[in-house]
Amino acid sequence: MGAATPLYTFVLRLADDHLILGQRVSELCGHAPMLEEDMALPNIGLDLLGQARALYTYAAELQGEGKSEDDLAFCRLERDYVNALLVERPNLDFAHTIVRHLLHALFVQQLWQALQGSSDATLAAVAGKAAKETAYHVRHTSEWLIRLGDGTDESHERAQEALDILMPYAKELFEDDATTQALAAQGVAPLPSSLYEAWSQRLDEILSMATLSRPDLTLGLSGGRQGRHTEEMGHVLAELQFMQRAYPGLSW
Amino acid sequence: MTQHTPLWEVFIRPRNGLSHRHCGSVHAADASLALQAARDVYTRRGEGLSIWVIPSAQIVASDPQDKDELFAPAEDKVYRHPTFYEVPEEVGHM
Repeated sequence: MGAATPLYTFVLRLADDHLILGQRVSELCGHAPMLEEDMALPNIGLDLLGQARALYTYAAELQGEGKSEDDLAFCRLERDYVNALLVERPNLDFAHTIVRHLLHALFVQQLWQALQGSSDATLAAVAGKAAKETAYHVRHTSEWLIRLGDGTDESHERAQEALDILMPYAKELFEDDATTQALAAQGVAPLPSSLYEAWSQRLDEILSMATLSRPDLTLGLSGGRQGRHTEEMGHVLAELQFMQRAYPGLSW
Repeated sequence: MTQHTPLWEVFIRPRNGLSHRHCGSVHAADASLALQAARDVYTRRGEGLSIWVIPSAQIVASDPQDKDELFAPAEDKVYRHPTFYEVPEEVGHM
């Protein structure tokens, strides 16, 4: 790969976030706590894969090396994935699944909203479709978190624990660097840090209804955007990449 | 789990349809989760434009054992069917 442009890097980050989160959510297909949720979570996972697909197609085009969306999605090494660490965190229980998703969906909801006015026409078009899907993801996960937090003693405890564990990973979503600064200057994408206030305010409203206390975000964990992942990432990729590794070029 | 998640009957108004039609049921803890569950289970293929959910316990049903006294008397009254009229096309759906 030659020198990656800021736009390529940005699109790849966004694509990786959606692919890995979509993979995590789809792990629950057939394992959700009730039948209705067993439909809801894979629906959401499919939305995310659809968004990832549009973004990988665009990334491959920007890269200009004749690669396909599948090459980018399935045939890279762990260090080449630039998703945020939050989305690779495991489904330790239902509360983890919901909290992880809500923290991400609230962020990406702000992002899609801003990207609809992007000077990049492809990103604006992807954002237009994704915004509607994301609005539902926020609704679904926030309604669940309110009920888990304001539910039984056990559900409250588990929701709070998931929040305490996952919150530090949210900080990475709002980090600016040379890539995001270049794109902000061109009117392509907002600075991630500029989305923090709205995210924070909406999260506080939800947590207050859920009777959950908000953990500190000053201690953040990051590295995903540079390809430095947690131990979990290898396990995610092992399953995600298996078919393409075992049967290169396999297609439906 | 189902003791905390009562049953709800789901009614969907199809895209080109007229009235809401019963299409099945879902389990959910409360009304807004029931609406979401109905959306996720019954509108995945673009079936609907509007959803109603109603607690199944709120539906009052006739007793199947009463079917003779309720419905049999109508069987021999064919003159109640407006089959002798032609409905003008402008009337549309009746």
